[in-house]
Amino acid sequence: MTRTATAPVQASPKIAMRNVKKAFGSKVVLDGFDLDVMPGESVVIIGGSGTGKSVSLKCILGLLNPDSGEIDIDGQPILGLSKQDRDAVNAKIGMLFQNAALFDSISVWENVAFTLVQGEGMARSKARDIAMEKLGQVGLSAEIGERNPAQLSGGMRKRVGLARAIAGDPDIIFFDEPTTGLDPIMGHIIDKLIVKCVREVGATALTITHDMASARRIADRVTMLYKGKNIWTDRIEKLDSSGNPYVHQFVNGLAEGPIDLPILKN
Amino acid sequence: MNPLRPLGAAFLNFLEAAGRLTLFALNGLSHCFRPPFYPRLIGRQMIDIGYYSLPVVGLTTLFAGMVLALQSYTGFARFSAEGAIPNVVVLSLTRELGPVLAGLMIAGRIGAAMAAEIGTMRVTEQIDALETLSTNPFKYLVAPRLIAGTTMMPLLVLIGDVIGVFGGYLVSVYKLGFNQITYIQNTWNFLEFQDVFSGLVKAAVFGLLVALMGCYHGYNSRGGAQGVGTATTNAVVSASILILIANYMITELFFAQ
Ligand SMILES: Nc1ncnc2c1ncn2[C@@H]1O[C@H](COP(=O)(O)OP(=O)(O)OP(=O)(O)O)[C@@H](O)[C@H]1O
Ligand SMILES: [Mg+2]
Repeated sequence: MTRTATAPVQASPKIAMRNVKKAFGSKVVLDGFDLDVMPGESVVIIGGSGTGKSVSLKCILGLLNPDSGEIDIDGQPILGLSKQDRDAVNAKIGMLFQNAALFDSISVWENVAFTLVQGEGMARSKARDIAMEKLGQVGLSAEIGERNPAQLSGGMRKRVGLARAIAGDPDIIFFDEPTTGLDPIMGHIIDKLIVKCVREVGATALTITHDMASARRIADRVTMLYKGKNIWTDRIEKLDSSGNPYVHQFVNGLAEGPIDLPILKN
Repeated sequence: MNPLRPLGAAFLNFLEAAGRLTLFALNGLSHCFRPPFYPRLIGRQMIDIGYYSLPVVGLTTLFAGMVLALQSYTGFARFSAEGAIPNVVVLSLTRELGPVLAGLMIAGRIGAAMAAEIGTMRVTEQIDALETLSTNPFKYLVAPRLIAGTTMMPLLVLIGDVIGVFGGYLVSVYKLGFNQITYIQNTWNFLEFQDVFSGLVKAAVFGLLVALMGCYHGYNSRGGAQGVGTATTNAVVSASILILIANYMITELFFAQ
């Protein structure tokens, strides 16, 4: 039989979120979040401030418990897993927190090497070398690796957080606003690093960003969150021709449009 | 409205808090005995609690011993029982004042620091980050502190006992004109193993309580700097109260016939 070029078999999603709902008290934040992320794909979540983008990532990580809905990783439902199984799932995931969330009782390089030393039991000297290399990739010198996180600028902390997220070569990486607080050049370098993680290492990435230029560089697909729902999900090329007035207003940063802003207009 | 309602609500709240604390304690303690262990972290806590608290505990027990000698002298002189001073000093110190004073000082020094550190880690999402890095916060943060608190406090109290007895000796010999040899002999002769031992058991329990309160309130703190402040206060106050309650119960256990 001759081999013919066939369309790739439709793979099952790496991350599948179905109708995820989450409220804090009476405040409904996620109201039916639906998203599939394919293996090796880079998906960007956009949406107004406070619409629940960070909350959606925390639900996948098990840091918050959704009120209802289903989340699967590699086809395995992860809500209601035991602590141990949950840890096994989280070991596949790297996360950059919006505020970096570095451990301030240990040095920068120990932060980056955290999974290697604590999780994989690697020798400290070897882990240190890897940490310094990852720091180099985000544009930080070895001298900075020896410092305490409290001595770094906001943008530097963000980059250390990014180095920590990718240090364990995770399967799945979440970036919560990776380029916020960075200068445009450094932002571009970080975007390239994210793309490299996805293209070369084969990781699956889910990124939150407000930076449209960055989104265009790193995303395969984009989803827009509005009032707790994904109102639009499509390939990045369609971003400007979405035909969706909400997306149009958001992407172009227009003050006038259908999006409800809790600002008194006069 | 039923006047009993707030009372019932308060009672239910209390039960809920007690239940949550018990679960927290059991969870934390169980991780003290299950690998992986973090010797580096345990060591750091031990140095913090054991070594850096020495000056505070030493000073406290030194003056406690001194004032005990002075007070019992002015009291006992009325019925010519000054000879009992060495016994009073050593018994009060080893059984009660050593562990309780050290416990209260440690609650202020260590309990507050633990609550503030863990609380800050909570509100800056560092604890969330720990979980995403597949590290159990109970193992990484709580267990080392419980271990260090429970093991270091008896050592601290033992040293404090010695320093306190020395304080009583100083005052008795140099101010009240006691004979040096007789004072030391009297101190030794009346001291029983159980006196010191009960004090050390108390110390271990107090150390555990302080670490537990610091971790519990820090771990459950919410809402920024103010939340961390509240957690710190709660840790110190609850640890101090629990120390005094536990002190009575352990005394009852050891000495009530
Ligand atoms: N732990 C929490 N308790 C109560 N409310 C919360 C909590 N976490 C988030 N929220 C609320 O959920 C909403 C969404 O928060 P989230 O952090 O996901 O916003 P976001 O979309 O990431 O915004 P931004 O772009 O500003 O980071 C906000 O209104 C916030 O007040
Ligand atoms: Mg956010």
